[in-house]
Amino acid sequence: MANTAIIARQLVKWFGEGESRTNAVQEVSFEIRYGESFFLVGPSGSGKTTLLSMMSGILRPNSGSVLIDNTDIWSLNNDELADFRLNRIGFVFQDYHLFPRLTTVENVAIPLILKRCDWDEAIEEALKFLDIVGLKGRAFLPPVKLSGGEQQRVAIARAMVSQPDILIFDEPTASLDGDSGKKIMAFVKSDILNEKRCVLVVTHDDRIFEFADCIMKMEDGKVTAIEKGLAK
Amino acid sequence: MIGLLKIAFKLLVNDKGKFAALLIGITFAVFLMVQMTSIFAGILQKASAVVTNIGAKIWIMDPSVTTVANSVPMPDYVQDAVRSIPGVKYAVPLYSGGATLKLQSGVYQSVTVLGLDDTSLLGRPELLEGNIEDIYAENGFIVVKDSEIEKLENPVVGTVFELNDHRGVIVGIAKVTNNGLFGIPSLYTTYNRAIQYIPSARFTSSYILVEPKVESDIATIKQEVANMGYLAITDEEFCNKISNFYKYKTGIGTNILFMTIISFVVGLSISGQTFYTFILENLDKFGALKAIGAKSQELVIMIVFQAAFTALTGYGLGVGLCTLMIFLAKMRLPNYASIVTYTDLGMAFLMVIIIAIFSSYIGVRKVLKIEPFDVFRG
Ligand SMILES: Nc1ncnc2c1ncn2[C@@H]1O[C@H](COP(=O)(O)OP(=O)(O)OP(=O)(O)O)[C@@H](O)[C@H]1O
Ligand SMILES: [Mg+2]
Repeated sequence: MANTAIIARQLVKWFGEGESRTNAVQEVSFEIRYGESFFLVGPSGSGKTTLLSMMSGILRPNSGSVLIDNTDIWSLNNDELADFRLNRIGFVFQDYHLFPRLTTVENVAIPLILKRCDWDEAIEEALKFLDIVGLKGRAFLPPVKLSGGEQQRVAIARAMVSQPDILIFDEPTASLDGDSGKKIMAFVKSDILNEKRCVLVVTHDDRIFEFADCIMKMEDGKVTAIEKGLAK
Repeated sequence: MIGLLKIAFKLLVNDKGKFAALLIGITFAVFLMVQMTSIFAGILQKASAVVTNIGAKIWIMDPSVTTVANSVPMPDYVQDAVRSIPGVKYAVPLYSGGATLKLQSGVYQSVTVLGLDDTSLLGRPELLEGNIEDIYAENGFIVVKDSEIEKLENPVVGTVFELNDHRGVIVGIAKVTNNGLFGIPSLYTTYNRAIQYIPSARFTSSYILVEPKVESDIATIKQEVANMGYLAITDEEFCNKISNFYKYKTGIGTNILFMTIISFVVGLSISGQTFYTFILENLDKFGALKAIGAKSQELVIMIVFQAAFTALTGYGLGVGLCTLMIFLAKMRLPNYASIVTYTDLGMAFLMVIIIAIFSSYIGVRKVLKIEPFDVFRG
């Protein structure tokens, strides 16, 4: 049995006060193991992004805790948290957020630059990861010259370049057609996931459910169902 | 850290349109400002040309004098009284006045005539041709070889002219240290010849030039002269007095000040605005950087670096452009009044620093406020 990567305990998050208060996430607890691809699904506004953000050290919960390798990440200060994200977590944002004025390879190298790697080494390492996602030939183009699916892969390369053990995907296939979405997820499942890593995916897209080991369903900030041991 | 700055640099420079707009804004502002203030500095320097050229330590004059050319003649007893002040090594008169020459071709030309004390010739110019003693020769005048000399039909030693029915002969050609402001030629002669040839009011000495025995006597001399109802000031103070006259009494100073402020405001708004749009355009990416693990202070460093780099480059371009302009202008107009002073450069530098601080402040504020969570939510 693989080790537990993340433990969420009684996470609560609300926005606003009084009348206009929204209980975005209400007492949610669950665990993710290394080697697992964990899907978070649910209707719009059910609190998926909010939960994901609390799990990855981006949004402070009102109460509850997130343990990653037995560290309560919300007991860290802001700078420690930033370092923690830099070293342990890879993000793939829904809108990629690639810098249009940098080349593709420079975009991919950014986490390494933030880790104070030497520029040339960072670029070299980034090239390796672009090669892994099959885009070495596009390395010196600006990302806007690439297709949506290719940009998504660039974003994945950027998330992986610092070799984090937790990968976070928010709606990775929302702006892709069915085929490209499936291809990306198949790639993530076969080439990125291993027993030392876990992948946490937020999605609406039931076409990619087949790539999930575990699916957690949310509604109105609450967990309604967890299905485990799905894919093989 | 170098990697971060490299990223910041690329983000800035690769956005060619915005970078160009930023540079143009700052370059333009610096250029205008340095240009304005150098012209003004040039005018001021020229306005005091006679003071620096004569080189006397203390100048005594009527208190109502505003510029060298507008001297108010003083009665002769002032000179005698000054000579008897303890601490005065010597005191000699200086004549400064305007006259009209009739040239050989029959053309009339205004000139400034400086009459040097007959015995000491204090304030004598450095000669390029002729001997200073020739100034004592009959009808002897020395002409200053400045940019105006051609208005006297390029005289040489021996050229004659007429001055109020007196004959005048050029006996020497003097080197000029500072050109005057008024665009007319200058002649030197002796004090006595000057007051003899040029009709004037009852009083004759325009200035009394004084050399103190020691530096520390200056204060007493000033005081004694003030008691007589006249003004004694050092050459430096005289230059300042003239500068202040042009700065505060003529409107030139105010106009230059306005222009400088306007160019500053225009530069500030163009660059501030452009930098702000630049930050806004990249805001979600900065948010993504934060999410990935960039610390706030790293983002601040990136932005400050971008602002500082643009400001300094614009400063360099602006100053360079200005120097080039002045150089070109001086090639065509040798008398073009413009000097780039360190004060002007310092002021322009201060201005771009303010622009950089202002721009990075608005950028930093924006970037510090952005929550990575908002980037996540799209
Ligand atoms: N910053 C905020 N201020 C106020 N309310 C917020 C804020 N962020 C989220 N919410 C509210 O919290 C609830 C959960 O939002 P969240 O973005 O987590 O939903 P989601 O499941 O990710 O939805 P979607 O599928 O549309 O992305 C929503 O009702 C939303 O309006
Ligand atoms: Mg969402």
